[in-house]
Amino acid sequence: MTSTKLSRRDALKASAGLTFAFTFGLADEASAQQKAAAPATTAKLNAYVTIARDGTVTIQSPAPEMGQGIKTSIPLIIAEELDADWSKVKIAQSPIDPAYDHPIFKSQFVVGSLSTRGYWMAVRIAGAQARRVLIDAAAATLNVPAEQLTTEPGFVVHAASKRKLSYGEIAATAKAPEKLPDIKPEQLKKVANFRLLGRDVPRTDVAAKANGREQYSIDVHVPGMLYGTLARAPVRGSGPTSFNEADLAKMAGIVKVVALGHGVGIVGQSMPQVIAARRALKAQWKDAPGSKSNSDAALKEYQANARNAEKKGVVGRNSGDINAAMAAAAKTITGEFTTDYVYHAQMEPLNAVASVTAEGVEVWAGTQWPTMAVTEAAKIAGVPREKVKFNPMTMGGGFGRRAYVEYVVDAVHLSKAVGKPVKMIQTREDDVAAARVRPMTAHKIDVGLDAGGKILGWRHRIAADTVVPYLYGPARMEAQKGVDHIVMAGADVPLYDVPSHQAEHLYEERGVRTAAWRGIGAGHNCYAIECMIDVLAKEAGESPIAYRIGLLKDPRAKAVVHAVSEMSDWYNKKSRPGRSVGVAFGRLGLPQVGEALAATVAEISVDRATGLVRVHKLWCAADVGLPLQPANIAAQVEGSLIWGVSSALKERITIKDGAVQQQNFSDYEILRMSETPEVFVKVLRSGEMPLPVGELGLGTVIPAIANAVHASTGKWLRNAPFTKTRVKDAIA
Amino acid sequence: MATLTINGKRVEVTASNETPLLWAIREELKLTGTKYGCGVASCGACTVHLAGKPVRSCAVTIGDVKGRPITTIEGLSPNGSHPLQKAWVAEQVPQCGYCQSGQIMQAAALLKDKPKPTRDEIVKHMDGNLCRCGTYNKIVKAIERAASGKA
Repeated sequence: MTSTKLSRRDALKASAGLTFAFTFGLADEASAQQKAAAPATTAKLNAYVTIARDGTVTIQSPAPEMGQGIKTSIPLIIAEELDADWSKVKIAQSPIDPAYDHPIFKSQFVVGSLSTRGYWMAVRIAGAQARRVLIDAAAATLNVPAEQLTTEPGFVVHAASKRKLSYGEIAATAKAPEKLPDIKPEQLKKVANFRLLGRDVPRTDVAAKANGREQYSIDVHVPGMLYGTLARAPVRGSGPTSFNEADLAKMAGIVKVVALGHGVGIVGQSMPQVIAARRALKAQWKDAPGSKSNSDAALKEYQANARNAEKKGVVGRNSGDINAAMAAAAKTITGEFTTDYVYHAQMEPLNAVASVTAEGVEVWAGTQWPTMAVTEAAKIAGVPREKVKFNPMTMGGGFGRRAYVEYVVDAVHLSKAVGKPVKMIQTREDDVAAARVRPMTAHKIDVGLDAGGKILGWRHRIAADTVVPYLYGPARMEAQKGVDHIVMAGADVPLYDVPSHQAEHLYEERGVRTAAWRGIGAGHNCYAIECMIDVLAKEAGESPIAYRIGLLKDPRAKAVVHAVSEMSDWYNKKSRPGRSVGVAFGRLGLPQVGEALAATVAEISVDRATGLVRVHKLWCAADVGLPLQPANIAAQVEGSLIWGVSSALKERITIKDGAVQQQNFSDYEILRMSETPEVFVKVLRSGEMPLPVGELGLGTVIPAIANAVHASTGKWLRNAPFTKTRVKDAIA
Repeated sequence: MATLTINGKRVEVTASNETPLLWAIREELKLTGTKYGCGVASCGACTVHLAGKPVRSCAVTIGDVKGRPITTIEGLSPNGSHPLQKAWVAEQVPQCGYCQSGQIMQAAALLKDKPKPTRDEIVKHMDGNLCRCGTYNKIVKAIERAASGKA
């Protein structure tokens, strides 16, 4: 495959019909840099809909697809408001242009399960505005007032005269007016009138993914292309001091060996030759802060720091007066928890294709942050931003890993070094060795109770690596007053009746590469919090379900716990001989945009002889706001839950002398089919706003399993993952 | 230079005998539906059929396969019409999709030998194929659907 993406300008020229370009009240959304670099005619424009004379409606999908179904969902929202005939809709992956920026992130950036939620109003307005232009044009053609016209899929209709015009007919002659009509939120289609959203329209990418034709960047072929790989220094800030360059250069098919500040690049005629040279690489790496790091020893230090009240962390979440509340407590209950480093294990190893020429650079890459990839590619190639032609490709999994773009940078480096197009593929072994892990964490939670057992205060201390300085830069961390929102996500308990609360982050810097990892902070914080809730339930002498329903203040939160109790037949112990259940509650989102809620019940059994925990069934009640694609939402939540089981039972990266000790799927094992529980997801609706989904439920799985193991064995599991050895030790 | 029989056609490849079949298929023949996932037969993303049996193409070499017919996802059916492919669409199995060619090729080998597998037989046969998106339950359903003939 070579480039198949037209620039938007090309698309405009090529289309025989009508293209709508919309200006929204988002004049300040493009950064100064973007304004300077983007062509003047497209800056601050939004351009989602093109209609051809034959009635084909081409809708631009602004957010890269990584398995979440966004390439169907966003065009579907536009088609809904446009009243398009879905069978005539063609979806195009939009170019990287400020016109398609995510309205919250001001960038094309797919993180935080916020794509649907973020684009929701902007793309509804885009669709509604296109419909309005068609109506106005039809009114002129039919010589009737626009107020007398309605639409049905693909047609503008004048009921009184029984006349109708197809969108294609209108597009053939109509011109978009100079000033496009304003669409106010109240002019949008009523949710009750939706005929595409909420109806489970099939995903448009499924057939290509079932016949091998979906194109990932690893599948791109460019004429004259060479192959490359990159051996990254084992730790952050390190690089090669010396390596056997001459030996490698002599190997069959090797074109060039490139010393980069952060690693050694190898370029050759074929991938097997490049891999052979990679295996033969012998490099010395310069010392960096992480060169001596050792995760086993470090975790003990994290635990000690979490316990040591003299050590003050950065307060990330705070409500009420925690010191007064804890001082007034008649009793304090304490819990400690740890989680290990974990790896993304996305199935497609990191890779990109780059072609640096005298004119500029062309890149093919699957990335969650294409806007950043363009910026970085321009920097490395030494060209202005507009000389980067970027082809966003489908991702073989993102999960936060592809929010970093260093593999795009590497491909550009290698192409620049050899003056030819290069497909850079990181081997799986290097993908693991250069893992950007979720922080390792040690938690200490103290809950102060009054004499009657009512919670007065909740203090949560989290000793953990940081993520924000490495994902977004130190300036962002400073601007956030040191609050690492990735690590601290879900560390608060706002929906429980907890009058005073504080969560603080004790920074642990060991030079280890870190990242946002599916579920971000909720993955570890929800584990600690929801295990603690079970401890408190036991203290109160109540069932974990009843205690949660009693302690939760929010009706939506109570509803998901109630729903999952019914789904799992929680109180009917006879239904599960030899097995036990545990529950947990979790949230996903941001207070300012809304939070999706989930409650999960895990049914497990424990083999006491081996320590093997088996998860047989999972039930999850998920309140996602307005479900636009309910079956896909259920599938995403199921994926998130299964990911949770995998991380709860199996996944663990360990570091010794600065190096990741695992190498491949053979020793970093993820959940297999035979270990996968039956999963039952109930999608609950509340309100008229779609809420975040893709990571929903993940954080609830680990505590639900731990709580179930407690129900079965009377022992709490305090160190995730719950490997056989750990479980055996805990229940001994 | 070697001659391979792939998807019913005889083709020449320049790759040496030691080259893993995977890279010849993907990069020389440009049949990119077969994916590189691990390179050590630990994930199943590169599964193809060799003389009708599922193999990890990253772990067999050009020298190993000479003369024996190879089928990749592109050769499984014309136009994605294999019952499994139709079932994959009906059940909306894929998410990121990267492992799914391998899953389908692994499943196709099962149904050829055992047209009506039990759930346990499906799970046992499919257990070496990893999926990070967590589509395992849908994969089982799709295989059952294809086996039932209603795909």
